[in-house]
Amino acid sequence: MLPGFHLALGFTLLYLSLIVLIPLSATLAKTLTMSWEAFWAAVSAPRVLASYRLSFGAALIAAAINTFFGLIVAWVLVRYRFPGKKLIDALVDLPFALPTAVAGIALTAIYAKNGWIGSVLEPLGVKVAFTPLGVLVALVFIGLPFVVRTVQPVLEDLEPELEEAAATLGASRWQTFGRVIFPAVLPALTTGFALAFARAVGEYGSVIFIAGNMPMVSEITPLLIITKLEQYDYAGATALAVVMLAASFLLLLLINYLQWRSRRHAVST
Amino acid sequence: MAQPQARSFDLAWSDVLHADVFLNTSPPLPARGNARAEPNAVRWALIAIALAFLALFLFVPLAAVFHEALKKGWNAYLAAIVEPDALSAIKLTLLAALIAVPLNTVFGVAAAWAIAKFEFRGKHLLITLIDLPFSVSPVISGLVYVLLFGAQGWFGTWLQAHDARIIFAVPGIVLATVFVTFPFVARELIPLMQAQGKEEEEAAVVLGASGWQLFRRVTLPNIKWGLLYGVILCNARAMGEFGAVSVVSGHIRGSTNTLPLHVEILYNEYQFAAAFAVASLLALLALVTLAIKSFVEREMDK
Repeated sequence: MLPGFHLALGFTLLYLSLIVLIPLSATLAKTLTMSWEAFWAAVSAPRVLASYRLSFGAALIAAAINTFFGLIVAWVLVRYRFPGKKLIDALVDLPFALPTAVAGIALTAIYAKNGWIGSVLEPLGVKVAFTPLGVLVALVFIGLPFVVRTVQPVLEDLEPELEEAAATLGASRWQTFGRVIFPAVLPALTTGFALAFARAVGEYGSVIFIAGNMPMVSEITPLLIITKLEQYDYAGATALAVVMLAASFLLLLLINYLQWRSRRHAVST
Repeated sequence: MAQPQARSFDLAWSDVLHADVFLNTSPPLPARGNARAEPNAVRWALIAIALAFLALFLFVPLAAVFHEALKKGWNAYLAAIVEPDALSAIKLTLLAALIAVPLNTVFGVAAAWAIAKFEFRGKHLLITLIDLPFSVSPVISGLVYVLLFGAQGWFGTWLQAHDARIIFAVPGIVLATVFVTFPFVARELIPLMQAQGKEEEEAAVVLGASGWQLFRRVTLPNIKWGLLYGVILCNARAMGEFGAVSVVSGHIRGSTNTLPLHVEILYNEYQFAAAFAVASLLALLALVTLAIKSFVEREMDK
């Protein structure tokens, strides 16, 4: 029997409770001091509903974009050789390491009217910075590594024999991809999608610089929480936080389920 | 994440260039490797799409940070970094990381030890709860401490009576940083130590090792790369956190500003070159983090 179980578990539970569980439960306690009517009014005001639509809608589209391009990036990094591949592979994690405020001001500088990309888009009538499109750009940035990093190991472990067998049996390359490769990476792809989505829903730092933050148009829910806090509307801020916590908790359950299913899938094949 | 580049089925450049020859001389059955290859045009198109996407969303923003930082020349760049408010922001950022990272490292090792080496009920729930801070919006991570320690919070009156401040002061910034970086080390170590099993440790106990000897001589050498991996990612997040500390800091210049908050203030005051100069320090930190991370990944694969 190894030593230290009670000490390690006791410390883990104590620290977890002090840093995470008790503080998080404070949001629920605060919400319980509100009447149901006040809570409902706070979480369903038109300005709040518009912010949900933007936060969840843009996060959904960003995750979809990252799923499509993330699969291509993972495929290219696993299957092909090209100059600078190792460096590019390492840089894929940049959004994990780069502080969100830095990403926010950098993206704003690029997509502003006089920026590198903004000045090209401006004559075409496309405005990115200070519009909902800017929110989308920021959310694509911060969610970029998730799909690549969940799909990459699955592609690496894919049995070459499966594809060879498919080719030998007369499948075209496209058929092999659709019938053999894609089903194998699908669980990882959905996990990556859910992770990117969950991260994007709560994102704050990279978005507020580029969004323009116009109420009803380009205002995300986390910013609305801050606005309410600055107006000392603690109950209102907390009510919104509880809605977002409930959403992330559901997502967390979904992600755990997806990972459990893909592990089971990995064992059974 | 290893890149097994030298796998037998991976096509080398020469194969790509001589694909036609390869086809003509191959036996009726598709040759090994060829069955898994796309036509050259498809291959190059996919590489081009991947690189264009990464360039648009990663490389261009990164380049923009340094371009904007140096727009007004080196002197302005250095001036923005050695200015007193910037220096005090650097100090506070280092302080927060210096407290948060060791705390979460000790926690990560303890949690991984309990979870990986022992069986108990509710283990999966515990792992899920440890991950919780990752799925909470940074803004909410700051909000929870305002609810506890703010003027209207649970302990607000008590703190005021004892003339102590947590919110809009350094302790709040440290707490918020601890919260957002909470899972990093644990998350890295739990699967690693689970995969390693406990035979080596059990053998050491049979041979009479004390708890501390056991950890230092047996466990630590096995987990050192995973530990370092978790620590550098934890550190990067600790130094770069914005949303959570923004809620609890109160943005008091020269006293409760971390580097990312200082970037925001400069930017909102239209001091763009200075904002990007300070931001470039954080971008350098990110690049160093990625370099160490790649190095550690290579060591872990050995």
